[in-house]
Amino acid sequence: MYVQLEDINKTFGDYKVSDHISIEIEKGKLVALLGPSGSGKTTILRMIAGLETPDSGKIFINEKLVNDISPAKRGIGFLFQNYALFRYMTVYQNIAFGLKVKKIPKKQIRERISELISLTGLDGLEKRYPSELSGGQKQRVAFARALAPEPDLLLLDEPFAAIDAKVRSELRSWLREMIHRIGITSIFVTHDQDEAVEVADQIIITNKGRIEQTGTPKEIYKAPQTPFVSMFIGNPTIIKDYWKLQGFEKGNYEGAIIRPEFVEAFKSDNARFHKFIDCSDEGIITDILFRGNNLELKLDVGGVILTAHRSLERRPVSIGEKMRVIIYRIYAYDNEKTYLLENEELLKRDVDNTHLEAYLYSKEGYMIV
Amino acid sequence: MNEKHTKPEKAVQIILILISVLFITVMLIFPLFSVIINALKKGFSFYLSALSTEYVLSALKVTLLATGITLLVNTFFGVIASFTLTKYHFRGKQILTTLIDIPFSISPVIAGLSYIMLFGSLGIAKPLLDRIGAFLGTDIQIVFALPGVVLATIFVTFPFVSREIIPVLNQQGSEEEEAAALMGAGFFTIFRKVTFPHMKWSMIYGMILCASRALGEFGAVSALSKTRGQTFTLPLEIDALYLSGTADSIVASFAVSSILVLISILILILRNLFEYRAKKG
Repeated sequence: MYVQLEDINKTFGDYKVSDHISIEIEKGKLVALLGPSGSGKTTILRMIAGLETPDSGKIFINEKLVNDISPAKRGIGFLFQNYALFRYMTVYQNIAFGLKVKKIPKKQIRERISELISLTGLDGLEKRYPSELSGGQKQRVAFARALAPEPDLLLLDEPFAAIDAKVRSELRSWLREMIHRIGITSIFVTHDQDEAVEVADQIIITNKGRIEQTGTPKEIYKAPQTPFVSMFIGNPTIIKDYWKLQGFEKGNYEGAIIRPEFVEAFKSDNARFHKFIDCSDEGIITDILFRGNNLELKLDVGGVILTAHRSLERRPVSIGEKMRVIIYRIYAYDNEKTYLLENEELLKRDVDNTHLEAYLYSKEGYMIV
Repeated sequence: MNEKHTKPEKAVQIILILISVLFITVMLIFPLFSVIINALKKGFSFYLSALSTEYVLSALKVTLLATGITLLVNTFFGVIASFTLTKYHFRGKQILTTLIDIPFSISPVIAGLSYIMLFGSLGIAKPLLDRIGAFLGTDIQIVFALPGVVLATIFVTFPFVSREIIPVLNQQGSEEEEAAALMGAGFFTIFRKVTFPHMKWSMIYGMILCASRALGEFGAVSALSKTRGQTFTLPLEIDALYLSGTADSIVASFAVSSILVLISILILILRNLFEYRAKKG
């Protein structure tokens, strides 16, 4: 394991920001620390960097205990949320700072910087000051500056938070590609699940100072382990009386979560779903949102508002229209865990496997496919 | 509809501007003008001779000396205090921040008197001072001597520099310093290359305010300075000249005042210049 945290505890006043945190990160991986604000993810990052000290527990980087090693000697590149570029230095001076501090010969500094400048596509901006750069350019400078002293571990605190939405997705893939090309082990903090799912190889979900779940984006998305994860990931609707829906029976659960992709809404004369019409509920369309590549329907099903996506290729629908609604599956939860429940009636009926999305009925859970 | 709405507002605007202009003219500009006019009442040669008396030259020397030392001391401590109060977290930080502002809320005369209580012949610290003086083989005089004048000036103008720097550093946060520290930079490198450029202009602005206040300080200095021609500063000399009451001495007092007026106009110009730079960063 390249980075290892062992039973880390940390409190700020009365507030427990890290509660028995243990993390293992493999070399070369790009890992996201994902959680709502106040979940303790930034503190974990800052403790790895040495900017905060844990109250107890051990931190290892490359098999070496670093608790008592100063931040500067941990071999870390750190990207701050607002980049923290040196305001009174040019782009060149910013990138050169870490190298100058290490007393590297001027000629070598020049070579390293021109290498980084072309890697990050900052050619021609060397003499600019940070205030003369766009958000995306600032991030690139911060990235080049963090990489200049050739760190073994790159830590990024909300790397996209300060960038407007338009440039953000472009920068996401840029950063992902860059990190993979260099092959540096990287950990980034984010509160945005789309960002984590899109960029990271591995996601660590934090909540209230604890780790809720660790896994690949696919694992996290398709097999949430805890109630928190199931409510945090996806675009879930929480319902209490899930047993009132066709195909689900009451169990020893507190409630259930339904994601839009679990909901099929069709017109009652739809021949394709004819066989399943009596395991559907009635839903009235309360709102229709145009999402560009599809429609988002809000459906009132027995008093609960569910969300469903609808392809633009299908027949038009209107607000107030009565639809039939099938719920493929739900995530039921109790205090500690999440359980995947399939629509039992649908399973029974689907003897000849005529349903369009046959993979949905894999008994091992739907993440296998 | 819009026109109806803006017309009365325009009138209000004009009235408010008039009041401000009138007030400033009557309260500030007229008096300052009258100082200059009165100073030149008996001709230019009288003006020059009034400025070159032994007392006035001594007062000018004391004033400049006290201002210079004050500026050095308060800039040094002001920078340290603002750095400490913005970059570190420690217990009692809030109290310290409040304490720095004491000179703003206390009457300067009380500041002067408190030094008499401390260092005067009946003061608590007097025995200690005497012992140190005996050890060094000199007689340390603070009260009614030059050190007292300097101390009083320092006390009164202490908050000016830190007051200007603290908000700037607070706004800047400490991420740049953290970034530099992570790259292995030491304290002095970080201070010189990262922190200082942020505070530079506001520090200079604070120094200008500090200097102008130090030049004109009356109350605190007056409590600690009693010897004309030795420890008197310009404001005290002006007061003394005016109080002697002869027609000549009154004009002379205006002449000396005009020096301070000219200096303050100069400072005003500098102030505007640096305030602009400080805001621009």
